[in-house]
Order: sequence, then C-alpha cells, then structure tokens
Amino acid sequence: MSTMDTTLPAGNTRKAAALSIENVSLAYGEQRVLNDISLDVRPGEFFALLGPSGCGKTTLLRLVAGFARADSGRVSIDGQDISHLAPWMRDVGMVFQNYALWPHMNVARNVAFGLEERRIRRPEIARRVNDALDLVGMSGLAARKPSQLSGGQQQRVALARTIAIEPRILLLDEPLSNLDAKLRVQVRRELRELQQRLGLTTILVTHDQEEANTICDRVAVMNDGVIRQVGVPAEIYQHPRDPFVANFLGSANILSGRMVDAGGQRVFETEGGARLAIPTGRAVGSGDRVFFRPQDASLTATGQALPGHADIAGTIAFREFLGSSVRYSVQAGGDTLSIDVPFHSGDTLRAIGEAVTVAIPLQHVRWLNG
Amino acid sequence: MTHLLRARPAEVAVALAILLFLGLFLVWPVATVIWVAFTEKGTGAFTLVNFADFARTDLFVRSFWNSIYVSAMAVVVASAFAIPLAYLTSRYTFAGSPVIQVLGFLPLIMPPFVGAVALQLLFGRNGSLNLLLDDWLGFKIPFMEGLNGVVFVQAIHYFPFILINLSAALANIDRSMEEAAQNLGSSGFRLFRRIVFPLAMPGYIAGASLVFVKVFDDLATPLLLNVKDMLAPQAYLRVTSIGIADPMGYVISVVLIVTSVAAMWLSSLATRGADYATVQRGGGGLAKRSLTRTESVIAYGVVALILLLVLAPHIGLLLLSFATVWSFSPLPDAFTTAHYARVLGESSLYIKNTLIYASLAGLIDVMVGTAIAWLVLRTKLIGRTALDWIASAALAIPGVVLGIGYLRAYYGIELWGGRPAATLWVVIVLALAIRRLPYALRASHAALQQVSISLEEAAENLGANRRRTLRRIVVPLMTGGLAAGFVTSFATAAVELSATLMLVQSNADAPLAYGLYVFMQSPAGRGAGAALGVIAVVIVAATTILSQILVERDRRLKAGRS
Repeated sequence: MSTMDTTLPAGNTRKAAALSIENVSLAYGEQRVLNDISLDVRPGEFFALLGPSGCGKTTLLRLVAGFARADSGRVSIDGQDISHLAPWMRDVGMVFQNYALWPHMNVARNVAFGLEERRIRRPEIARRVNDALDLVGMSGLAARKPSQLSGGQQQRVALARTIAIEPRILLLDEPLSNLDAKLRVQVRRELRELQQRLGLTTILVTHDQEEANTICDRVAVMNDGVIRQVGVPAEIYQHPRDPFVANFLGSANILSGRMVDAGGQRVFETEGGARLAIPTGRAVGSGDRVFFRPQDASLTATGQALPGHADIAGTIAFREFLGSSVRYSVQAGGDTLSIDVPFHSGDTLRAIGEAVTVAIPLQHVRWLNG
Repeated sequence: MTHLLRARPAEVAVALAILLFLGLFLVWPVATVIWVAFTEKGTGAFTLVNFADFARTDLFVRSFWNSIYVSAMAVVVASAFAIPLAYLTSRYTFAGSPVIQVLGFLPLIMPPFVGAVALQLLFGRNGSLNLLLDDWLGFKIPFMEGLNGVVFVQAIHYFPFILINLSAALANIDRSMEEAAQNLGSSGFRLFRRIVFPLAMPGYIAGASLVFVKVFDDLATPLLLNVKDMLAPQAYLRVTSIGIADPMGYVISVVLIVTSVAAMWLSSLATRGADYATVQRGGGGLAKRSLTRTESVIAYGVVALILLLVLAPHIGLLLLSFATVWSFSPLPDAFTTAHYARVLGESSLYIKNTLIYASLAGLIDVMVGTAIAWLVLRTKLIGRTALDWIASAALAIPGVVLGIGYLRAYYGIELWGGRPAATLWVVIVLALAIRRLPYALRASHAALQQVSISLEEAAENLGANRRRTLRRIVVPLMTGGLAAGFVTSFATAAVELSATLMLVQSNADAPLAYGLYVFMQSPAGRGAGAALGVIAVVIVAATTILSQILVERDRRLKAGRS
C-alpha cells in the first residue's frame, strides 16, 4: 500500500471556516436523539464527536451535512445559517462510513463527480482529480473500479472525492472503522497530516477514544443526545466532569460514598463498606463519587501510609500481566479497584490473596457528582 | 485432508442419477432437434439446406421479424407499466404501495392465453370498450388487432417481471450512494440519471430480458389471438400439420433457441461487472419523500389505470364464466352457473390430471434441485458445476422446442403393444419438470446456502454423523425454502401449455391448460373454458399465496434464530 504523499503543497487555498451549532434538538417521535446541543468548531480545527453507539453523534454529523433536519436550533458556517439549505447546496464534504463509492464509476469518475456537478471546465476537473488522488497516494489506480480496491484504498478514494470539491467543512463518519487494526494506526496519522496541510476544519465521528485522542485537537464527548464535555483530550482525561466521561475515556476507578469524620481523621466511606483515608491538612473536593485512574495509584505493603496520599486497604483478587504493566484487581470491601503497576524486567508479581494498601497521591483523586 | 477430497460412492451415485435424468429428458431431446435441423431428411448427412430454406421462405422470415417486433414492443409497453410503479414505491412514502405489490402478482396467476380471450372481449374490435366508444364518440381503438394485440396481452401479463426486478434493484441501493452524490452537489433529475438509474440498470435489464425471452417463446397466446405468422406458432403448426418428419419445425426450433440464448447472453454482457451488491453493504433503499397534493393525484391516477388494465382479464374471465351469451354487447346478456357444472362434471378430469402432473413435476424438481445444490455447495465432486449448468440451460429451451424434441426422441421407442413412449402421460410430467427445474434449482440453492456450514459442523462436532446431520439440521432448516420451491414449480407447471400442447395425445391425459385451450378455440366452448380458467386462477393464486406464507414464515424463523 502506498502512503499519502506529504510533499505536495496544500491544494486548498480557501480560508478555513468556523462551524457553529446552536441549541439544536431533534426527536424521532418520542425518542429524543439530540437534546439542545450547542457547539463551536474553530477554523482549521480537527474536532471529534466521541460517544457510544446510539448517542446521537452520527445524527449530529448528518445534520451538519443536511441529511437530517433539526426540530429547533441552527447550524451556521462562518456566521451564515445553513440550517435550511439542501445537502447539495452546503459545500460540506462528507466521507461516509461505508465510503459510498459508486460501483458503476471508476476511481477517477468518482472523484470527478462533485466537480462535474459544479460545472467546472474539463481541464480544470482533470487537474483537480489528479491533485486529489496524488494527495491520497491513489493516482496510479485512477482507472480501477471500486470493487477492485482494498478497503484502505476505497477509503482513500472516498477521501479524495470529498476533498476534491474543496469543501468548507470536512465530515468524517467513523473513517477507520472498516480498516484492520494495523492500517488504522497508519491511516489516522495520515489523516491528521492531510488535515493539517489542507488546514481544513474537520469533524470526525468515532466511538473509539484512542482514535479521537490521537488525531483531534478537541473532543466533544456525547451520550444520550447530550454533549457531556468538550475539551482538549488530555484535559478531559484528567478532569472528567462526570463518571460517564471518566469511564468512556479510559479505565477509571469510581467509588460511590460519602465523607465521614472518624475520630479526627477524614475518611471517604463507600457504599460497599471500603474506607479511603484522606490525609489531613489538604483541601478536598466535594461530591458523592471519588475517581482516580489505575496508573496513578501504587501498591504498598499493608500499614505503610505514604505522606500526601489517600489510602485504602484491600486484598489482591486477580492479576493480568500486560507486558509493560501489571493490572491488579484489588478487593476493598464491596468495591473492586483496578491498579496498574509498571513492570520492569526482574520485577516479581504480587500474589493473589496478598493484603495490600492502595495509595493514591491526593492531587490525583477527583471528586465527581454522579 | 485427502480422504475428504476423494468422492464418496453416494455422491457419485447421486451425480450419475442426475446426469442420466438430464441426459435423457433434456440433452437428448434438444440434441435430437438440433441434429434434425442440420441433417438431410432421409440420409442423415450434415447440411445447411434446411436453414437456407428457412431464409428463402417469406413466411418464416416474416414470422421471425414479427416475433422480434412483438417481444421488443412487449418489453417497451411492459416497461411503461413497470417503471413508474417501481419508482413510485421506492422513492415515495405512498399509501398505495401494497396495491402495487398486488399488481405485481395478479397477472402472473393467469396464463397469458387465458387473459387473451378475456381481453378480446373487453378490448377487441367488438369488445365492451370499443362498443361503448363507438356508441358515444363514434370511433374505435384497435388494441387487439394483429401483432399489437399480442403485444398488449403479453405486456399486461409479463410487466411484473420488470416491476419485481427493478423494485428489488432500487431497494438494494445503499442510501449513502444517493447521499454521497447530494453531498457533492448533485440533486434532482441529474442525481437520478447519474447515480440511481445506472445502479438499478442490472435489475431492469434482468427483468426486460426475461420478458423478451418469455414472449418470444410463447406459443398459445398468438394462436388464441389467431396470429399465426410468428415463430413459435409456426414451429407448432409445422410439426402438427405436416408431421414430425418435416425439418422446418426443427429449424425454427433452433432459431428459437439461438434467439433465447442470444437475448440472455446480451443481457448478461450488458450487466457484466455490474454485480453492485458486493460493493454496497448497507442496502435500505433510497430516501423516501412524501408526495405533494398534485403528485398524489397523478400517482393514484396512474396506479388506478394500471390496476384496471391488470384486472381486466380477470374481470372479463369471471364475467365470461357466468355468461350465457356474450357477443356484440358491453356485458353478457344473462348469467348462468351451467359452465361450472359442466367443467366440474364431465371435464373434472382436466383438473385431476393437472393436480397429479403438477405435483409430480414439483416433487421431481425439488428432489433433483436439492441434489444438485447439495453436490455443488457441499461436495468437491469433479463436474458438479456442469450438472448445475446443464439443469439451468433448460431456461433457454422454449417449451415448444422441448415438446418437439420429446416427440421426435421418444416416438420411435415402442413400448408394450407397439405404443410409442412419447404418448405416455408421464412424458408430460417430465417435460413440465424439466421446464421448471431451473427455478426449483435456484430455490434449493438459496435454501441450502442459508444453512451455514458451521451449523452442520457444530452438529458433527457434537456427535451427529453425516446422515443424522442432514436429517436433523440441514433438512429442517431447508424445509421452508424447499416447500416454497415446490409450490412455485407446482403453480407454474399447472398452467404451462407450450410443451404440453405438443405432447398431449389423448383427451383423457390432458391437463387443465390443454382443456382450456381446446375450449377457448370455439365460441361455444368459451363459457366452459372461462370457468376452467377461473378454477386455474384460483388454484394458482392459492398456491402462490401459500408459497408467500411459507417464505415469510421461514424468513421469520431464521430471523428469530440468529
């Protein structure tokens, strides 16, 4: 497989556009699919809509493309309301999840289609088709039919077909979901490079947090037709606003309970009966959940309290050797905690049944409201 | 691994039995026809003189072009019915869609030659419509004159083939195909012309070529409309009036075969590389719009008009079956049930024969079809695809040709008492079975394909041997599909006439379609013929509905399972 040519100059000379979604709601009968969504995507930004299937992210994308009509709210590009424009009037390029290449046209004809619809002169069309195919490294296969291409090649053609029209906004609907794991890593890097070079405002829909985190400038996490949180991937990862976001972006330990005063010592007592001791002299957050990431905690022998750490006693119930780390499941009362311990050659693993103390630096413990 | 590749005796035995069956009842008769066409009468030497005679005879050349004209025009007229209906159902949310579904099925339950008589009474020169037109407006429309009459009848009868294929093709178009075009700036008629139409083209061509071939091969409709200068009627008339030794009937047969094959070959050429289903994953059809008020009026108007046309043969037939006298008047003079009494009494033999013949033919088809499908899909036997190919080749053999082939091949073989083998009623059953085999084969193939091989392997893994796996897993899972295949074979065999017309030797052996044809020949027999026709329609309709129910139930069962 050829890689995308990164030496070409950017083909898109148009100024990047800003997309604004304001108070958009959409329901199919009783079922509310989008619930008062507002979102601003900055010019030239690579933006991800991230969420589980059925969260409304694809519907939101289709709404921007004009394939779904909002019941209320508006969508605008650079301040121009496009809510009532037909799909073919929008200049919003979309790459479909199944690529939607027309099987009765060859690669070049597929890519030329949008340009022909814009009544562009023939020589110009030929040049731009070439440029677009060059950009995705597919110029050698212009005469092939889609059925003669591999999945990855089809995806490149679909991308070329969309960027050939130099859209104001580029929409990518789960672009990597039909590729195998190895190709996925390669293509997502290429997508990022291409987007940077074209300076194209891009929205990607995905259910894969790794995909969103690796290539996008900002991410909107969605669930049940609502945007839960918007931000830079690393920020949201560290500072999730609620348990859903915390869980969706990676493994998370979330304990439900309340703060109690146990003889001068502050303790977070979970519903399962575990007791998380909080060191004195530091401010704590408020909320009925406590959250920390598995790799932020460490395991010590029972009774050894580390200064500045919250700690909780438990026994090792299960362990998984992952290579670069070991994931221990620690049973603490009715709760099970996941703790990742880095593994270095020569380390010995802790035994099942061993009593341990889980220690978490207090600055890595966050209070959430469920 | 090697012992798996080696053929087992059972496989070889089944394959040989099928080969013998196809060889005796398909290959040999057809080969005989071709052989006679290319040899000199008497000496058996190779010659092209017969074909030169064909080309020199004005009647035959005219018949050939007439057949081409009628078939092509039938495709055009049938398309005019089918395309608007298919577009309407796939593009719009249209309350009349169920009506269109019925439209696509009503004509097929009545043999076209039966409809021809009814249409003659309604649309003929002195039919109801023209009598009324003449009374009120002082002119007549020649719907049923000469070749155009055949075109009219055939188009009404066969347009569902285009409707069904085109609708299926439209329904298979992935919605994203259309959306991608819109996203890139295309809309309206340009979008239809550039994306929707090309993607639906393979389906349309499949339907259109089927209509062409069916019309080209049809024998009974032109004969009943008294159109004799077409190819299939000429072949029949040559053999029945001049005798089975006359070579011209065979030459015409070869021309019929070649034209059928050419039409199918052209259609497959036109759709080659257009197996779009593999590229389109989603399906789901086009996005549907609701009709505006004006569009609704037009849509319902079109549907009502076509519905009326499609129902016309049925209404005409029903009226005729209860009519005392119906001639030179818009409606019959008086009504009677005497025709039914007559048909159910003295002529009930026809009905009994039909039920026996069609059941046996259907049974043979399902058994042979399943055996071939099994060999093709589940064994590595060398030459298994050849069996599939031979059985499917029956599609290209017109009924009249098969009939002539049977007569020629089996007339010389004498059984007890010097009776020629060709006169046995079993021969009719075999001809019907061969004619319907390609359809039953496809049904069996599809039914077996649905049984994933892993389901069988799971059974074997849990300790069931091959025979028990077949009985407990494969057969139960195939039953729905096979039953539907049987019923389809039965229903179409029950009203098949073109091969039967050649092979019926005595009235006692005649099936319903033959009886119908005989009755319809004379004005006096028309009432009884119509009554027999109504009974045929009821039988076919009932079995078709039954097959729909079986297919639907099977589909639900499978859906529930996965």
